Amino acid sequence: MLRFVVRRLLQVVPTLLLLSVLVFAWLRSLPGGPASAFLGDRATPERVAELNRVLGLDQPVWVQYLRFLGRAFTGDLGNSQITGEPVLSEIGRALPATVELSVAALLIAVTLGIPLGYLSARHRGRPLDVATVIGTLVGVAVPVFFLGYLLKAVFAVELGLFPPSGRQSVGIDATNVTGFAVLDGLLTRELDASWDALTHLVLPAVALATIPLAVIVRITRASVLDVLGSDFVRTANAKGLAPSTVRGRHVLRNALLPVSTTIGLQTGLLLAGAVLTEKVFVWGGIGTLLAQGIEQRDYPRLQALLLLGALVYVLVNLLVDLSYAIIDPRVRLS
Amino acid sequence: MPSSRRLLAAIAAGALTLSLAACAESGRDAGAVGSGATGGTMVFGAPGAPDNFDPIFAQDGETFRPARQMFDTLITYKQGTSDLAPGLATAWTPSENGTVWTFTLREGVKFHDGTDLNAEAVCFNFDRWFNLPNAAAQSQAIYYADTFEGFANNQGETAGEPVYNSCTAQNPSTAVLKLNKAKGAFPAAFGLTSLSISSPTALRQYNADQIEQSGDAFTYSEYATAHPTGTGPFKFESFDRTANTITLVRNDDYWGEKAKLDRLIFKVIPDENARKQELRAGTIDGYDLPSPADWDSLKSEGFNVLVRPPFNILYLGINGKNNPALKDLRIRQAIAYALDREALVRNQLPEGAVVATQFMPETVDGYAPDTQAYAYDPDRARQLLAEAGQSNLTLNFYYPTEVTRPYMPNPTNIFTALAENLRQVGITVNPVPQPWNGGYLDSVTVSGNHDLHLLGWTGDYNDAGNFVGTFFGRPKPEFGFDDPALSAQIAAADATVDPAAHAAAYEQVNRDIMAKYLPAVPVSSSAAALVVRNNISGVVPSPLTDERFYTVSKG
Repeated sequence: MLRFVVRRLLQVVPTLLLLSVLVFAWLRSLPGGPASAFLGDRATPERVAELNRVLGLDQPVWVQYLRFLGRAFTGDLGNSQITGEPVLSEIGRALPATVELSVAALLIAVTLGIPLGYLSARHRGRPLDVATVIGTLVGVAVPVFFLGYLLKAVFAVELGLFPPSGRQSVGIDATNVTGFAVLDGLLTRELDASWDALTHLVLPAVALATIPLAVIVRITRASVLDVLGSDFVRTANAKGLAPSTVRGRHVLRNALLPVSTTIGLQTGLLLAGAVLTEKVFVWGGIGTLLAQGIEQRDYPRLQALLLLGALVYVLVNLLVDLSYAIIDPRVRLS
Repeated sequence: MPSSRRLLAAIAAGALTLSLAACAESGRDAGAVGSGATGGTMVFGAPGAPDNFDPIFAQDGETFRPARQMFDTLITYKQGTSDLAPGLATAWTPSENGTVWTFTLREGVKFHDGTDLNAEAVCFNFDRWFNLPNAAAQSQAIYYADTFEGFANNQGETAGEPVYNSCTAQNPSTAVLKLNKAKGAFPAAFGLTSLSISSPTALRQYNADQIEQSGDAFTYSEYATAHPTGTGPFKFESFDRTANTITLVRNDDYWGEKAKLDRLIFKVIPDENARKQELRAGTIDGYDLPSPADWDSLKSEGFNVLVRPPFNILYLGINGKNNPALKDLRIRQAIAYALDREALVRNQLPEGAVVATQFMPETVDGYAPDTQAYAYDPDRARQLLAEAGQSNLTLNFYYPTEVTRPYMPNPTNIFTALAENLRQVGITVNPVPQPWNGGYLDSVTVSGNHDLHLLGWTGDYNDAGNFVGTFFGRPKPEFGFDDPALSAQIAAADATVDPAAHAAAYEQVNRDIMAKYLPAVPVSSSAAALVVRNNISGVVPSPLTDERFYTVSKG
């Protein structure tokens, strides 16, 4: 097992190196560049050339790459061209926001999705089921940004129930401990701040949860229906087990296997959905950094985000492979 | 069944808890915003974050906005206009040849850190700008480089012979600025926000000049990120990068009319729709740049849409270098006659927009009321094309996407209208859309591979040179137009010191540009707006987007 892990970790290095070359070359092949984005309609050929010269962007790409690599090995991924801040501290600040939003969305999707899917299957063909099926179809089909604006228009603007955007109200003086605003409020006993953060979280989390919720409901429903019709359930019922035992121990547990796989897949998609949700709700997470970075051609920021994203992806895959080996004895790690 | 009922009950309870939570919160919000002791707090939605807070390194509106509240300039602009008004200097006098400027300074003014404003402090600032130490700092001091043309120790290739010579503190309230040559931009350019006067003590204490290159980016000094110290009506309190808010507090020792608000908060909300919804939800008191499409609905909801007098120019650029046919003045005139600019302004541009008859708005000194007009006349256009033997002309028309600019709220619509006009007179238009930051600016300003393009300019101060000088003062790949006679004429106008003669010289430049050269076609000047709640008063929309919030009160 240890050898397997070490070997896989060693494979990460060439993967990331190759990827860094691709990312580096790709970003610099995009039309436009940080200098003209910075200068806007004050861009003149001389000024653009001057800024590129000062920033070293006029040097051959491989020279720029080696310089980047040299710094990256010391843990320095550079400073953002937009803010001048080290990109790692920007990412450190934005990451908790995105994780908080994604976890909240996932919680909503799972805690509502599984019971709804289950109920829908149990009441197949009845109004609850029909409503759920239609609802999930709509849920999958509605674009996140549209739903976001709609939720804001109704629940923030018209009803005034929730704040329309941002992570905290102006005037709330919250202490930053972990970067997770809701958690920080609890840790520091600033319950006001925690409450405030929670109310800001509701609408974006609901918007982001819609698609995974709909998918989880549909998978749960299909899976429960499948299990309900299986022989072992009939046998369990026939031998006189209590209905609650049949449902809990036999139906739900078996039905949840494909659901858990789906949840895993949806988690990855959540991060993609978070980019749009963050834009609509001015959330200030990784998605915002990425979108702004692309718009302004912020090379260091984009390089760091794409490479760290790839690193996370590779590590998660490694964990998945390891977990298969633990769950399924047929998989050998040699 | 009992278990499913329990589940439903749990879901319902959860939903109820959340909505109760929200009710409690929305009540709290209403109290939190604006609960100042005397003047309250105003929260203003800004479309972007400032790059930093050191005015000399500021070059965009988002960076200027907070700086304008915290700093003063020697000369300022009368609110709501581009006319000059006394700032830190109560009087300013040029020598006869325009190379020596004597400033009489306001007395009893203190910086936010208690340092006295005097001639030494003013000269310290001028010396600091002139002596910016490295290439990183010089490349970021864009407005200074534009106005003063060079530094003590030029690091870049674009900088030239410096205009600045020296600054002397004749006595505590008289600063004498010596220039190496006269420049038409003065005195108006002394009001540039970039030339705001900072506290010498704070500049030294927080290593203001330490702007450095770090990898592919710049890092700013502690002065620029956390300790801006001016003399303005508001003082810097904080820039919260997590909440994306900039908080300023009233300067109770301000030399002029004290700010009415206790606190002024700029909340960065890049998404225009999100700004609108925050205003409607009551979490902000106003915001900048509402989309012109929303002006009417915002007004009907009771908000005040404040339209700025137009101070910009949209033009249709013509690149004669890429397409030799366009070197023929008759072709360029045909293009001008073909455009129905009246209809464009009426149908595509926001309220307040006007047709441009020359390359500057009417309010700029040097505007000529009698330039050659190119009223919409498709027959004349066809005739000119035929005379030039170009009845089957094909042109690559570049236009930007993914952008709105104050002079160009909707580039695609503007392109569509103008391209249709050109087709009507027999010109084949080959549309080339490109994202603004995705190559458009490089294509039209650097490579110059286009035939026609849309671009514009927002003025910085009231001087004709800031418009026509920027466009045609020297040859640019954008226009592919190079006529030394025009460049010389502009240089001579710029060097004319007497205000009346200066204006007259530029009037002639404008007449000649429109009649003899027509290197591009001026299209329109558009108005941008800001919007505030109806309990906010005292916001004076400025043509220079130079709104000062010290006059603002929240009722």
